[in-house]
Amino acid sequence: MEAMAVTARPKLDAERLRADFPYLEELLNGKPVAYLDSASSTQKPRQVLDAMREFYEHSYANVHRGVYRLSERATEGFEGARHKVAKFVNAPSPREIVFTRGATESLNLVAYAWGLDNLGKGDVVVITELEHHSNFVPWQYIASRTGASFRHIPIDDAGELRLDALDEIAASGRVKVVANNLVSNSLGTVNPVEKLAAWAHDQGAIMVVDAAQAAPHRAIDVEALGCDFLAFSSHKLCGPSGIGALWGKRELLEEMSPFNLGGEMIRSVALDKTSWNELPHKFEAGTPAIAEAFGFGAALDYVSAVGLDAIEEHEHELTAYALERLGELDWVRSYGPPADRRAGIVSFNVDGVHPHDVAQILDWEGVAVRAGHHCTQPLMTRLGVSATTRASFYLYTVSEEIDRLVEGLKKAKSQLG
Amino acid sequence: MSEFDQLYREVILDHYKNPRSHGLLEAPDAVAEGQNPLCGDEVSVSLRFDGDRISEVGFEGRGCAISQAATSMLTEIVQGKTVDEVARMPKEELLEEIGIPLTPVRLKCAILGLGVLKVALHKAKGTPLPEEWTGAGDLTIA
Repeated sequence: MEAMAVTARPKLDAERLRADFPYLEELLNGKPVAYLDSASSTQKPRQVLDAMREFYEHSYANVHRGVYRLSERATEGFEGARHKVAKFVNAPSPREIVFTRGATESLNLVAYAWGLDNLGKGDVVVITELEHHSNFVPWQYIASRTGASFRHIPIDDAGELRLDALDEIAASGRVKVVANNLVSNSLGTVNPVEKLAAWAHDQGAIMVVDAAQAAPHRAIDVEALGCDFLAFSSHKLCGPSGIGALWGKRELLEEMSPFNLGGEMIRSVALDKTSWNELPHKFEAGTPAIAEAFGFGAALDYVSAVGLDAIEEHEHELTAYALERLGELDWVRSYGPPADRRAGIVSFNVDGVHPHDVAQILDWEGVAVRAGHHCTQPLMTRLGVSATTRASFYLYTVSEEIDRLVEGLKKAKSQLG
Repeated sequence: MSEFDQLYREVILDHYKNPRSHGLLEAPDAVAEGQNPLCGDEVSVSLRFDGDRISEVGFEGRGCAISQAATSMLTEIVQGKTVDEVARMPKEELLEEIGIPLTPVRLKCAILGLGVLKVALHKAKGTPLPEEWTGAGDLTIA
């Protein structure tokens, strides 16, 4: 580690931050759970929980329509969160931020509202072999509905995209959409989205970025990425579940038809004609997750105060340490690129022990990991496995928890391997 | 001054009860209608031009005192002004004239007429649409 460390980045004090997280107060055999499933969903700090409680107690009403003061306060809190999201991803305007239920709904919104009107025979939709099902299946479905072809960028054995395949894909038809995750949820691979965005635009295609796994762990700048849409979720960055965001370029959002209909997305309705509301409300049907949006904003405040650069560096150190410790076990096989090209995610298998059994035995040791295909079945097929065990880290993770993981794996191997 | 008197100033009540330029023009050069999605206020505007100037304005509407009074006041402001001047007119100019404290929700009531008028200019003269009227779109059943 020391040899490659670039120590100009600010340091994060995980021990101090752990005091913010109530889940650590519950002990099992005298120890808090070693929560190594943050890539799935993170734990919540007191600051976010308090902000939501405060909001419900003092500022809650339905948003936008109320003339009374309580509704104004709620609207202010809700729209204030939209401004925070815009700032977090460096969006040119909060009008380009659509609140959704999460990254999955954001990606479905683009696939349906943009895809159904813009795709047809002869068009090509490009995803990658690394994609989460949430950015894979909507495009597979809309491609099949519209007659567009559906192509994937393959990965190499280290789990990195093979950009040498792009020429052949470009030759196969009119590329209209490139959809890719910035960070792979299964392997942690950090993908070259800037390069893909430039290539997509050369083809006349739009670039859709699934940042669900990236936004919690590194600073996001939609302008620097050069993408057209970017999706992420609150619950993976210390915020509540049930809320997320879609950023889209204004010209594209304006041209698009709505996705869900009714409620807030309406300007006027008659028997023969209905007009849509302005951006971003055109895409926000029904009463939104109001307090959740407020909590989302509080979570963005929290992780921003810790510092995205510091979080990235902290996870990088943990990942390097985990790969080193797992490397000591010759019966563990880990997948994915080296630590310097991945986020805080480590996927591996124990020889002779199924991931579900590994996870079960780890749970008895108070170590929480995920076992399964991680919603990336095409990737599992490529790796030639049915499942992996995945440990993932966040700002409250400490290296002792990785030690506990390794001890648990030894137990699993000796009992079942 | 009571909260009521601050919001429903005498001039607002006067314009609400006796709207100026009320009624749509016959054979207008430009028309538009629009609604406030928040509460259903409606305004229709018709215009006649003399060269590049607005020579006559007529409006009809249904809605709260703020939306109707503001549109009435607007017709006095734009009379005789050039199309470009009005298309570029910032909402603050109207709000200053209205001169009452407005919350974000009521603000939308106050600027409805201005938005609709700019839509009419856009349709007739190709001037830019105000931000809240761009890219909204609609569905019409044939």
